[in-house]
Amino acid sequence: MTSPDRTIRVPLHEVAHGRTGDKGNRVNISVIPYQEEAWPLLLAQLTPERVKAWFAAKGAGTVTRYDLPNLPAMNFVIDDVLQGGVNGALNLDGHGKSLAFHLLSIPVEVPARLALHPEKAIA
Amino acid sequence: MTARTVHIGCGAGFAGDRWDAAIPVVATLARRSGPRYLMYETLAERTLALAQQAKIENPAAGFSPYLERILRPVLKTAKAAGIRVISNFGAANPLGGARKILEMAREEGVAGLKVAVVDGDDLTAVMTEADIRGHATVEGIGMPEGKLVAANVYLGARPIADALALGADIVVVGRCADPALALGPLLHEFGWSLDDLDRVAAGTMAGHLLECGAQVTGGYFADPGYKEVPDFGHVGFPIAEIDADGTVVIGKADDTGGLVSHRTVKEQLLYEMHDPSAYLTPDVTLDVTGVRVEEIGRDRVRLTGARGKPKPPTLKATVSFEGGWLGEGEITYAGPNARRRAELAIEVLRTRVRDLGTNWPLRFDMIGTVATFDGDGGELRASRPWPDDGEYRVRMATQGGDRRMAQWIADEVLSLYCSGPAGGAGVRHRTAPLITTASILVDRDRVRAGARLLEE
Repeated sequence: MTSPDRTIRVPLHEVAHGRTGDKGNRVNISVIPYQEEAWPLLLAQLTPERVKAWFAAKGAGTVTRYDLPNLPAMNFVIDDVLQGGVNGALNLDGHGKSLAFHLLSIPVEVPARLALHPEKAIA
Repeated sequence: MTARTVHIGCGAGFAGDRWDAAIPVVATLARRSGPRYLMYETLAERTLALAQQAKIENPAAGFSPYLERILRPVLKTAKAAGIRVISNFGAANPLGGARKILEMAREEGVAGLKVAVVDGDDLTAVMTEADIRGHATVEGIGMPEGKLVAANVYLGARPIADALALGADIVVVGRCADPALALGPLLHEFGWSLDDLDRVAAGTMAGHLLECGAQVTGGYFADPGYKEVPDFGHVGFPIAEIDADGTVVIGKADDTGGLVSHRTVKEQLLYEMHDPSAYLTPDVTLDVTGVRVEEIGRDRVRLTGARGKPKPPTLKATVSFEGGWLGEGEITYAGPNARRRAELAIEVLRTRVRDLGTNWPLRFDMIGTVATFDGDGGELRASRPWPDDGEYRVRMATQGGDRRMAQWIADEVLSLYCSGPAGGAGVRHRTAPLITTASILVDRDRVRAGARLLEE
């Protein structure tokens, strides 16, 4: 059995939830940890550079991260990721509404106790 | 005497929302006392352009096509209980929408209904197309080509408050900032000045939380095994209670499913927000970085600490243009070797479209892999292997100026039935007119918003 303190690698979805919103050719994606203890770990791992690379296939431009320690939560704003926006894009999800779940699939390393389903650990 | 608490429910978060959502909201509000309001948000960026096109074909149309279906079930109860209604369902024709409401009131036997119209959002009434095109765009999309369809500025809360001061039971607006649908009643009831930045910010935050309907009560939130939502099929729509000091409590309609928790509220608080210290609206720049979110009871969450900064110097407007035609088609391959048959279908479609002699952009998806997250080039799908056996749906999409070519390209998907790989099934193909939109910033002194009461 996995010790609760052992560090495991899991999709962000095990540790946080979030939602996409769109405006023009950019989206924002909120990332809200289920447990406050995860907050500093996510701050260290979810850098704008890493998020930009994660959305490279979508042609992501500038990525800005806004931190809200009060909630706690962070808010990513990703430019140029809609490939023309809801009106010009040829893809199925012109609003980018699904993209929060793309970000929630990025791997993060956390103590097993912070993952909702530690058995979903990935190699 | 000014009110201490104002109750504002929401009956729709977008044009296609649940037709019956407002019924339990109004029933709940009817059991409460004090000033009570129902708002409907029904106007996405492109919705107004579609309404404008409808109005060109029929001058009596152009208001929300859903207006009757969402308002009629609550019209009588709301009027009897003194619940006032505010909505942007006027779309491109608030006056036409108001007339429709008065017609419904007569049919339903609702006497003495006062309906107000807010106008001034239509920029084409005060600016030439060249003038509109001369504005720089914001939010990353340049000024589109094509024929101008609509240009509407986001109005603030003041004209809505003015309409209420005229005694309106129902206020019909075209384009306005979504949070203004809630801020308008608060300005009216509390007598807040727009210079009272922190209170205006709190009212704007309340409106922002309400404007997407169930998105704050468990809708667009449910994720089985992670975020459970009870009786989700009957998700209840929100009711906010706002105090004169700017304290906001989010709750929901009685006897409904869904939930209000700190998590549902936080997700909606940050929805469509970019810099959380500077959420721009016509009335105030909202800063939510100091907001405290507390669960104070079952399905009750209190928010305090919204801060206001001065409003931006300009108003945002959405400009819409005819954008040519979309052509798309889909076909499914299932069972043994489905992936390779689907890939062959894509190869055949590429060949066939090339033979049409067009250079229109093409996008191919294999639904069942990573189509939703992938770019137009399919890089994500190409980055890893997919099982040969299974179920894959091929999708091709294109766009350009000529409807006939859009149809011809889409028709190539249909012809895969007899001439494509084995077992192709379930073709759907279509063409659709496109509207392209962009955002511009407009000087405030170019815009004259006003409210007037419609006499029966």
